[in-house]
Amino acid sequence: MKNTRLFLKGALASAVLMAGSSALSTAYAACGIEGGRVSIVGNEFPAIQTVARGAESCAGDGVEVKSNLTADHQKINVAGMQGNPAEYTTAIIANSSIVALMNEDVIRPLDDLVAKHGQDIPKNQLITVNGKIMAVAFMANAQHLAYRKDVLSELGIEPPKSYEEMLAAAKAIKDAGKSEFPIGGAYKAGWNLAQEFVNMYIGHGGEFYKDGSPEPAINNEQGVAALNMMKELTAYMNPDFLTHDSNATGAEMEAGNVMLMNMWGSRIGVLQDEEGAPKEIAENIEVAGPMMVGDSGTPATTLWWDGWTVAKNISDEDAEATFLAMKNGISPSILNDDTMGEAVWMIEGYEPAAVNQGVFASIASGATAYPMLPYHGLMHTALGNEIADFLTGKEDAAKTLADVEAAYVTAAKEKGFLN
Amino acid sequence: MLLFIALPIVSVVLQSMYAPHEQVVVEVENCDVFGCKKSTMVDQDATRELRDAKPLGRFVGSDIYTNRSHLATSEVAIAWRDSDGLSAFFKDIMNLPFYRAMAFTLTFTFVVTPMVLILGFFIAVAVNSIPSLLRGPAIFLSLLPLIITPLIGSLILFWMIDARGIVGALLQTLAGDPNLSLKASTSLTWVTLIVYGIWHSAPFAFVVYYAGLQTVPKDTLESAMIDGASRWEQIRYVVLPHLLPLTTFIALIQLMDNFRVFEPIMGFNASAHAVSLSYFIYDDLGGETRLLSSAAATSVLTIVGVTILLMPVLIRAWRDFGRKQGT
Repeated sequence: MKNTRLFLKGALASAVLMAGSSALSTAYAACGIEGGRVSIVGNEFPAIQTVARGAESCAGDGVEVKSNLTADHQKINVAGMQGNPAEYTTAIIANSSIVALMNEDVIRPLDDLVAKHGQDIPKNQLITVNGKIMAVAFMANAQHLAYRKDVLSELGIEPPKSYEEMLAAAKAIKDAGKSEFPIGGAYKAGWNLAQEFVNMYIGHGGEFYKDGSPEPAINNEQGVAALNMMKELTAYMNPDFLTHDSNATGAEMEAGNVMLMNMWGSRIGVLQDEEGAPKEIAENIEVAGPMMVGDSGTPATTLWWDGWTVAKNISDEDAEATFLAMKNGISPSILNDDTMGEAVWMIEGYEPAAVNQGVFASIASGATAYPMLPYHGLMHTALGNEIADFLTGKEDAAKTLADVEAAYVTAAKEKGFLN
Repeated sequence: MLLFIALPIVSVVLQSMYAPHEQVVVEVENCDVFGCKKSTMVDQDATRELRDAKPLGRFVGSDIYTNRSHLATSEVAIAWRDSDGLSAFFKDIMNLPFYRAMAFTLTFTFVVTPMVLILGFFIAVAVNSIPSLLRGPAIFLSLLPLIITPLIGSLILFWMIDARGIVGALLQTLAGDPNLSLKASTSLTWVTLIVYGIWHSAPFAFVVYYAGLQTVPKDTLESAMIDGASRWEQIRYVVLPHLLPLTTFIALIQLMDNFRVFEPIMGFNASAHAVSLSYFIYDDLGGETRLLSSAAATSVLTIVGVTILLMPVLIRAWRDFGRKQGT
């Protein structure tokens, strides 16, 4: 099992890396759609805008393609796909958010469409659940280290490979007077804070649930160790850390205040570009692989993919049109000099840049994917609401973990996952 | 009335007593970009049968109301039984989301409402006594906080009080403490939110009082002056009684508004330190997995809370009304 996983990961990494050298496939001039309606809902960031543009180029001659890209997509996608016919014929989602769509049974299996039109889509892009293809992935993402090359080399510090080393490096930077708060942490109460715990808990080798059941199991040694490590890190963070999301930590790095942080691969590009940061800071922002913590051997990060789905409550014609348009949206023809660096694309013709090395290192390091479980969203919410109490010193780690479990159990009972 | 008030309330009450069906979870193997692993999913066919049989869901009666996210009856009972001493009991209670939210909401409501009344009244009196040429600009400036959308207003202030913002940095210099942060401590966050609440709502009280001041009978004021009443005595015995119905009105609106405090919590990213019932509803509806029944129960509790809060004011208004009818 472990071997297969490693093999698959290696295969993926090399497939994506080698894609650049393989021959470019033909550009899709026409998408081959006879007619129908395509309506896209998804998050708003450059890579997704590129995919939506690619799909929109199929419009015309009886084919209608429109898109609604918004940061609030998760608040509208389920409702927008529950009607019959559904308002949105496709939702662009990640491995965490596909669960909400599957829980409400609003997306259809794609096996027949893949058989008919998608034989050329590489197998590793097809996301299967219980043997059925439910989504087509087009990019990978992960959190990993971002650091200031100049500051670290001046002090003779290697880029940290673990959170323990990060603490030591932060102390050295602080002692040298380089920065009062050298570590950036997206610890904003809510989703971001919960995500950092998920990383740290997985890094300590923790399991969230009693094997195979929705019963929570985080109130343990690994949970306490994860919380304690988070608290140690906060000592080197801007005191407002509970209000900082990854936009804010990014801005702190661009302002030259933060020297080390765990950052999303998809956000590194904006840190290194000319906007926001003075040149001498921007060109010294470098990436490295994810950090380890403790001795579990699993890095303290999670792997993510973004992909698209097709709605269930639409006509076969619309489903086919949607499949073809979205396939065009992730075809090699969308890649050009501007779009190449927007993400770690899983598209033929993609050439990895230095900015993407962190994500590749994460995939190669044996990191685990973010859990795709029907009840994990409830766990994430409970974590985001309760952990702040520990970091502000209101209660101890065990009490906080007990609170998280109690809040999760309450929600899971309401949703019918637990009795 | 029926369509816009009664029906939604019935719908919310109904929703709060039903929860989704028990999920049929099956173990499956999922394969994604990063490999295959064992996972679980909801068995949609089995769930569909359950849903078709009972489309409303599973009847749970008052279970949602009494669970830990709401009134937490059993947790409160356990805390009462096990904690030694009242302070330990209160510490346990304040760890429960509903009571924590109530503690902040009630503090906010009962500090902001009177302060808004007092501040609004004095601004109105001050503006009323400046030369009429300057009154227009003065009124406009005083109304600005009310004109700014609450979310935008709180976001602007959020950045100003940031440790690197103009107000935050000034406070650090004044206090001589580079680690001072209004956002990091619970009590300072509460103070910030309350000050924001007063800043935002005082113009409302001001503009209502200012309009009321124009209707104070001149001859009553003049006779008071002839009787030798000082300026303060004129306000105390003539103006204030005249404006009493307006005070009731502002208090009513403010109690209701402040009890539903929401935007500043979002704008100030304050949810680590201060939450309200409205914030819970938002949180339940905005997560990846929506908790409709929980949001509905919180809505019903909000309605009950507002009703209890307004009861004294409503009774008073009713009595005044009756008295006027009687004469």
